[in-house]
Amino acid sequence: MLLIHCPYCEEARPEIEFRHAGEAHIARPADIASLTDEEFSRFFFYRDNPKGITFERWRHLHGCARFFNAARDTVTDKFLVTYPAGEAKPDLVEAANENAKGAT
Amino acid sequence: MRRFSGFAVAREAMRAHKGWGRQWDSPEPRSSYDVIIVGAGGHGLATAYYLAKEHGITNVAVLEKGWLGGGNTGRNTTIIRSNYLYDESAGLYDHAVKLWEGLSQDLNYNVMYSPRGVMMLAHNVHDEQVLKRHIHANRLNGVDNEWLTPEQAGEYCPPLNISKGARYPVTGAALQRRGGTARHDAVAWGYARAASARGVHVIENCAVTGIRRSGNGQVTGVETTRGFIGAKKVGVVAAGHTSVLMEMADVRMPLESFPLQALVSEPVKPCFPCVVMSNSVHAYISQSDKGELVIGAGTDQYTSYSQTGGLHILKDTLEAICEMFPVFTRMKMLRSWGGIVDVTPDRSPIIARTPVPGLYVNCGWGTGGFKATPGSGHVFAHTIANDNPHPINEGFTLERFTTGRLIDEAAAAAVAH
Amino acid sequence: MTASTATQPNRVDGAGRLTPANPVRFSFDGDTYHGLAGDTLASALLANDIHLVGRSFKYHRPRGILTAGPEEPNALVGIARGAARRQPNVRATVQEIHDGLDATSQNRWPSLTADVGEVNDWMSPVFAAGFYYKTFMWPKKAWDTVYEPIIRRAAGLGVAPDQPDPDRYAARYAHCDVLVCGGGAAGLSAALAAAESGASVIVCDERAAPGGALAFETDARIDGQDGHRWATETAAKLAAMDNVRVLPRTTAFGYYAQNFVALAERLTDHLDEPAPSMARERLWQVRAKRVVIATGAIERHMVFANNDRPGIMLASAARHYLNHYGVLIGRTVGVYTANDSAYAAAFDLKRAGADIAVIADIRDTVDPALLEEAGRLGIRVLTHHAVVAAGGKLRVSSIVVRPCRGGSRQVIPVDALIMSAGWTPSVHLFSQSRGKLRFDEDGRRFLPGEYAQDCASAGACNGAANLAATVEEGLAAGEAAAKAARPKATAKPLSIKAESGGSWDGLMLGAGPNPEAGKVVKAFVDFQNDVTEKDIRLAVREGFHSIEHVKRFTTNGMATDQGKLSNMHGLAIAAEALDRPIPEVGLTTFRAPYTPVTFGTIVGHGRGALFDPTRRTPMHESHERAGAVFEDVGQWKRPWYYPRAGEDMAAAVNRECVTVRKSVGMFDASTLGKIEVVGPDAAAFLHLIYTNPFMKLGVGRLRYGIMCREDGFIYDDGVVGRIAEDRFHVTTTTGGAPRVLNHMEDYLQTEFPEMKVWLTSTSEQWAVIALQGPKAAEVLAPFVGGLDLSKEALPFMSVAEGTFAGVPMRLFRMSFAGEDGFEINVPGDYGRAAWDALHDKVAEAGGCAYGTETMHVLRAEKGYIIVGQDTDGTVTPHDAGLSWAVGKAKDDFVGIRGLKRPDLAGGGRRQLVGLRSKDGSTVLDEGAQIVADPNQPPPMDMIGWVSSSYWSDNCGGPIAMALVEGGFDRMGETLYVPMPDGVVEVEVRDTNFWNPDAESDNG
Repeated sequence: MLLIHCPYCEEARPEIEFRHAGEAHIARPADIASLTDEEFSRFFFYRDNPKGITFERWRHLHGCARFFNAARDTVTDKFLVTYPAGEAKPDLVEAANENAKGAT
Repeated sequence: MRRFSGFAVAREAMRAHKGWGRQWDSPEPRSSYDVIIVGAGGHGLATAYYLAKEHGITNVAVLEKGWLGGGNTGRNTTIIRSNYLYDESAGLYDHAVKLWEGLSQDLNYNVMYSPRGVMMLAHNVHDEQVLKRHIHANRLNGVDNEWLTPEQAGEYCPPLNISKGARYPVTGAALQRRGGTARHDAVAWGYARAASARGVHVIENCAVTGIRRSGNGQVTGVETTRGFIGAKKVGVVAAGHTSVLMEMADVRMPLESFPLQALVSEPVKPCFPCVVMSNSVHAYISQSDKGELVIGAGTDQYTSYSQTGGLHILKDTLEAICEMFPVFTRMKMLRSWGGIVDVTPDRSPIIARTPVPGLYVNCGWGTGGFKATPGSGHVFAHTIANDNPHPINEGFTLERFTTGRLIDEAAAAAVAH
Repeated sequence: MTASTATQPNRVDGAGRLTPANPVRFSFDGDTYHGLAGDTLASALLANDIHLVGRSFKYHRPRGILTAGPEEPNALVGIARGAARRQPNVRATVQEIHDGLDATSQNRWPSLTADVGEVNDWMSPVFAAGFYYKTFMWPKKAWDTVYEPIIRRAAGLGVAPDQPDPDRYAARYAHCDVLVCGGGAAGLSAALAAAESGASVIVCDERAAPGGALAFETDARIDGQDGHRWATETAAKLAAMDNVRVLPRTTAFGYYAQNFVALAERLTDHLDEPAPSMARERLWQVRAKRVVIATGAIERHMVFANNDRPGIMLASAARHYLNHYGVLIGRTVGVYTANDSAYAAAFDLKRAGADIAVIADIRDTVDPALLEEAGRLGIRVLTHHAVVAAGGKLRVSSIVVRPCRGGSRQVIPVDALIMSAGWTPSVHLFSQSRGKLRFDEDGRRFLPGEYAQDCASAGACNGAANLAATVEEGLAAGEAAAKAARPKATAKPLSIKAESGGSWDGLMLGAGPNPEAGKVVKAFVDFQNDVTEKDIRLAVREGFHSIEHVKRFTTNGMATDQGKLSNMHGLAIAAEALDRPIPEVGLTTFRAPYTPVTFGTIVGHGRGALFDPTRRTPMHESHERAGAVFEDVGQWKRPWYYPRAGEDMAAAVNRECVTVRKSVGMFDASTLGKIEVVGPDAAAFLHLIYTNPFMKLGVGRLRYGIMCREDGFIYDDGVVGRIAEDRFHVTTTTGGAPRVLNHMEDYLQTEFPEMKVWLTSTSEQWAVIALQGPKAAEVLAPFVGGLDLSKEALPFMSVAEGTFAGVPMRLFRMSFAGEDGFEINVPGDYGRAAWDALHDKVAEAGGCAYGTETMHVLRAEKGYIIVGQDTDGTVTPHDAGLSWAVGKAKDDFVGIRGLKRPDLAGGGRRQLVGLRSKDGSTVLDEGAQIVADPNQPPPMDMIGWVSSSYWSDNCGGPIAMALVEGGFDRMGETLYVPMPDGVVEVEVRDTNFWNPDAESDNG
């Protein structure tokens, strides 16, 4: 069971409080109705699915109930950083340094 | 290839089995092949075997990052069935079951296909509606599947709790008698041996690190940890790692990879005669030839390549098992493990050409790929050999995610694979 | 000698720690024996000179007790406490005895000494590793009818329980600064150091008493006292500290992500008569800031012919039985070793009165001090000698000793043989934590290398050379862990002096020098699974070169001990056969659990009623009192129908259906999902979420809405009421409530965050009664305050707030049955009172309560869909005949683009139609498939399926809805439903079966 830091509650809580919500930073196109079939398919079905750092969405369902984003290594399942929905992708080098500091 | 038989075993017994040779060759890779299959799991090895056997294409290499059969082939709960709802799925999986029925003889390798019956339980009115829809569709498709009352289900599987007092009482079941299990390692080894005997190169410890293409985009070969190997055609059959490999050819996939766990109990004398699956009380279980109860769990919720998952997933699964089979709480979990399953948006596989000429992909089997192994390899070999799908896999394209013509077993049936 | 030890021939007066010697009675295979309190079943059996306790998996070879711990592969028994508490495959070396313990040997018939299955041993030349892959293929049908059943019956070990388990299991979650896994010298030192610095500590050990190897290393001195006494006192001291929890009989069995460690605590299996209130076992799920792994090392056996004969055991085990339990395992004991630690065992046994027949040591040179001591005790030592065979069958009777280089064989009579090839560090938990192992070439062992989590290893599992180093590593690890977990705490470092003659080197792996190599013998590597050295060589010969392949082909390391003794030997033999260094051949993955754990422990409380919560509406008791039959809908219990005396389901449903349309019926609709959508942008938000237009819905009006995902398929439906300009009351399907709220929150929080809208689940705040039928208004009127129920004031599809019997109420005028009707929402706490009060009036008016089945029939009579029954995730609003609900003028809503995809917008869609059975009587099977040509052979071309089908008394016949290819254009067509017992002819029609000709203002 993962331990996940909710960026709103500012607390690490067990995974069962959270719901994974798929890849992050895939914004719904404002003009969705005018997408081509191909574009819609890419938006709705195609995913990076990286082996390594993934950017993903979580919802603190049994907590503050808010959605947030996380950068996580899919090989080790370790979180690099979590951050509120709507924020840009963070600088992962900085996040790694922060983590290293926290670990000592 | 030395033929396996009871007679051969008896003869070897006289001389301490010194006469057995290698089951498959482990040659140095050639500089190029007609076809390279990436991934020596059951599906990849089966593809190579049928390329050689059915299409006469023997200049084939199967490249494997680790040891053959070491991915999901060696990690699954070995359930075989074909009682799928949609014509496309029923066609594909029943094609596989028909091949399973003669596979030991075809490969000259006892894969221990055991048609012990797969029983899917209903616990409420909705389950009954869904399972009966399957039964009717299966009957018209010529696939066996029959309805059992709770009492009949209890008779077929004595440890099953059919008490009306259960939290979710069993209200009936769908039984496919031809469904069952097989010995997963034997499937990989049997295909490797039979393919090798036909000239296919099975090359382990050879990771693909790149897919090379010519100026016009045509595949020309693969970069590997053992150097470049040329190929006219490349088939990617890498399950959980498909996205990673396809990325090497700049092909993005409608896939996500999730951890899937399973476990076995300590071995006990035969006590569980069939396979039981339940979607509402989510778990599936059978007993292996060794006597272990083989139990499948659900996927973890997040994508991962770690081949591990959370204990709470196993807990949920064992709760479901003990709910359906209260006699098993004293049984002991002996070993648990995880695999990586690649899941498509409609939970059906992709067995198809790709936008890159010469590059083919067979993936997206999710939690249910083992049962399809022979059929999958068979039609994928056809697709590669002819650069055109077999009628059975015509619907399992990448294009369906653009047209919307999905084969959505999960949505339509709410039944786990 | 006491009376009890008089019956225990191998119990040595003055030896061991089982004092006072309280006798305990137990039975094995039906015979009664005595042991002492504190014995394990193994030590008690050995005290009675019983070595033979079981039969092996494949060859049914007689097997004895090999170890004194959880690594035991051979001595597995069934333990019963009455008929319902039967536990197969219990390790006799772990099970503590108690009065009345009932143990039975396994995998033998008819008896342990005369087992028919032994025929497999005679046939063993045929039954080499993997032989079954090569045969049993002819005739084809014989596999599942003949061969497989025989193989299955022969396999397995114990017998599974066949009665529900009366025991209960408990669970605890815990957090701590430092978790110490293992309560031996290293673990206790670590726990002490961590605890002294103020850290919160949990320390667990799988045995009943702490101390680990100190139980048998009687020469150990720690902190100036006897090692075992130090361990006992230290554990007691720790247990007395507020910041420490000591858990005996507790195995750390799984190491998961982010220092999440699972422990299994065994609470009652060692008790005579556990109180019924006690849980049998408890699962601890511990999240630790730091973990110290102090799991020790396990001694390995020697690999030689017939090394599995009962009476042959690990040297450390023999020492354990003597020094802790006071049991001497034999009178004339041989020793076979590659390792110093066997000498200590030999010396102890000799001093206790055994005759040591010989020490055969495969090494050329041995520590002179050991040889000197052997000389002093009169023990013959043969260096550079191997034991090449053991004689005897049910008990070892002799050993054959021969110089390693070859030479003459000596047959030496013995009644026991102890052996030691060296020690394997227990790196299981480290490996489970995803740490990387490194091969220690000198020590011939794998040790912790690179760490992946916040943990440290200490002691023998970390390769510590001796006791002093073990204690030192333990202290350091404990101190470092505490400091890391609590950076601000200060503590003075502890120092404890320790010494012992023992060492735990890796030493010899594999078969070792064998002057009789090549001879056809059974030299076991994995005892339980009957894997011999030859099997591993055969696997390599057949091309299985990865250690994972070797393991799977031979089943080495796959038995219930999971290779604790066999893995390293197997690896070394494979490496030798391949002529490759051990690290290149690799090591199989260590997987949880460390030792087997009952399903009950993992499941804990989650059984029976607690398997899943049961949700009941506020009116549940009234339904029960009315005799309702309930159906499970998700976690809900919903009244299905209310049978009256003599009625079966059909009769009850028919009555309820007719009653509603004739007079009035009431239905508990409380399970519907309800979401309060509030805010200045509430209408705009719903306008995006639903396919329907919502901007212009007037205050006080209701609208039936359809919700899609982006793919354009129906996701949920429900009625939405506008309570105020900025406030909506949304209803969802019963099952859809959580996912619809999640779906809305997702869009609100992440796609439309600029919208000022707040969503609140009110599903359980409102109790809902649907009141339907021509007399609905008349029945309701007396209860209503503040509202005019006339159709002018409260027209169909409108909502108003008022009171019901003085309680606040939201009243919807709507119907899911096509009648005049209401949905009465009152606060949940008043649900039952409102129901009961209304029910009286309904009954007076000739009406009745109705359940979900009648609700389904009534809506089907009107052709209303049930999402999840008439739709299945592949049905668009257009397919369902609901195009009117898709706002044509809207330039955006969730699903707008998905709906335009070629396959969704094109022809040939399956569309929802009504079906009439042409015979006027057949109720179609729900899920039945529809064809245009009933005479085709399978696979038939199916063009649709029946989604809803009922007998309708109101309509005077069967009614059905179906999704049929191009269905809207097939009105009046005849189609066919092939059933096993014949084809049913059906006519396609519209879905409005009830009153289809009249213009109804309620439809």
